[in-house]
Amino acid sequence: MKDTFSRTLQTTVVFLVVGGILVLAFGGFFSSVSGRFTGGLVSVQEWFSTRFLAIQQFLAAPRDIVTLRARNAELEAQVSQLQSQVIDLQQRVTETEILSALVDFSRANPESSYKAASVIGRDPSPFLHYIIINRGSNDGILRGMPVVTNEGLVGRVDAVIADAARVQLVTDPASSVNVHLKNANTDAMLIGSVTGDVALDLISQDATVQPGDLILTSGLGGGFPADLIVGQVVNVRKLPAELFQQATVQPAVDFSRLQIVLVITNFRSVDIAPLIPTTTP
Amino acid sequence: MRNIVAIPLLALAVILQSAIVSQLTLLAGYADLILVLLAAWALQEGVTTAFHWAFLASIMVSFTSHLPWFIYFFSYAGTAFLALLLQRRVWETPLLAMFSVTFLGTLLMHLTTYAYLRLTGDPLPFGDSMGLITLPSLLLNMLLAIPLFGVMRDLARWVFPSMEEI
Repeated sequence: MKDTFSRTLQTTVVFLVVGGILVLAFGGFFSSVSGRFTGGLVSVQEWFSTRFLAIQQFLAAPRDIVTLRARNAELEAQVSQLQSQVIDLQQRVTETEILSALVDFSRANPESSYKAASVIGRDPSPFLHYIIINRGSNDGILRGMPVVTNEGLVGRVDAVIADAARVQLVTDPASSVNVHLKNANTDAMLIGSVTGDVALDLISQDATVQPGDLILTSGLGGGFPADLIVGQVVNVRKLPAELFQQATVQPAVDFSRLQIVLVITNFRSVDIAPLIPTTTP
Repeated sequence: MRNIVAIPLLALAVILQSAIVSQLTLLAGYADLILVLLAAWALQEGVTTAFHWAFLASIMVSFTSHLPWFIYFFSYAGTAFLALLLQRRVWETPLLAMFSVTFLGTLLMHLTTYAYLRLTGDPLPFGDSMGLITLPSLLLNMLLAIPLFGVMRDLARWVFPSMEEI
């Protein structure tokens, strides 16, 4: 009984001492000692915490990479989809600009009726300068009809099937167009070449042709309507020993970038071959 | 019966030639996809239908070209003939044979075209035609020859499976 009392007393004293120390510590009486003690504890806890977080990140990382990769793939798919949309829209804007220019041209030249056509191909032979358009006899296209853009003369329809037609460009080596030099007030002939360059021939020696002179179709020969823009004179070759002057021409149309053209459907070319006199023996 | 693959394949080649290859110019020349394709086909082992393919190709190409079909047939059949001739002589080096046939076939095609256009009255200067059209086209056809030879070799294995595969 006595032992039990003394143990209870001891425990009470110990608790009172510890409680007193704690009260004094919380009251700031042991600040220097408790500061060192808690500082040590915090350092140890920080060390364990840092290591634990590192290990946790290491273990959790593979799952995050998989998620991130999936998300990255989704975003890349979205980016590629948006890029294709941008390309599609840019193409539409280009087509709209071309069509707008062609509409302006047809409004400015109301005397002709036009049929718009897309260029869908070129002649497989590099010796020939022909294009293929996606309008044919079903759309009222006939052989010999002139083809233009808002920039100027392109050529004429050479062959027609139901839904397509082949157009001979003015740059073709076999092409010849009667033209009129506006400033010099003289006629000449525009001829193509294998390289796609065009030149003027049969210019009278009396004519004064200057670089920059505007070249229009003359309408002679019945192959093309008059006053379609063809290009400009770049330079002139005039030799006294020759019958005619010659000139190189900058075409108004960029033939390498033809996308949409207009076929003049109310013009009928005239075949004047029977009217040309032939020599009889 | 698998030879019937010639119809869609040549049709696709003509479309690609007209729509894309003809726009990829070097000076004034461009590659001839159909000619190279025919050369590569004719050089494959076991092929006996090269002239049929040449005829079919010339008919198809003449739909899109101003040149008449017989000019293409003469050139394509000539190329196929050269291929068959060379196949027996240089069979150990098929790529050498491919380059030779492409070179000679392109020259044949261009000389035939040039002769026809001159005869029909087109004023074509020979020097310009060779320098600005034929030489660039030769180079482009040579570049096209290597991949097309591989493609046609795979096609030939499919059309003519060996006895082991059967």
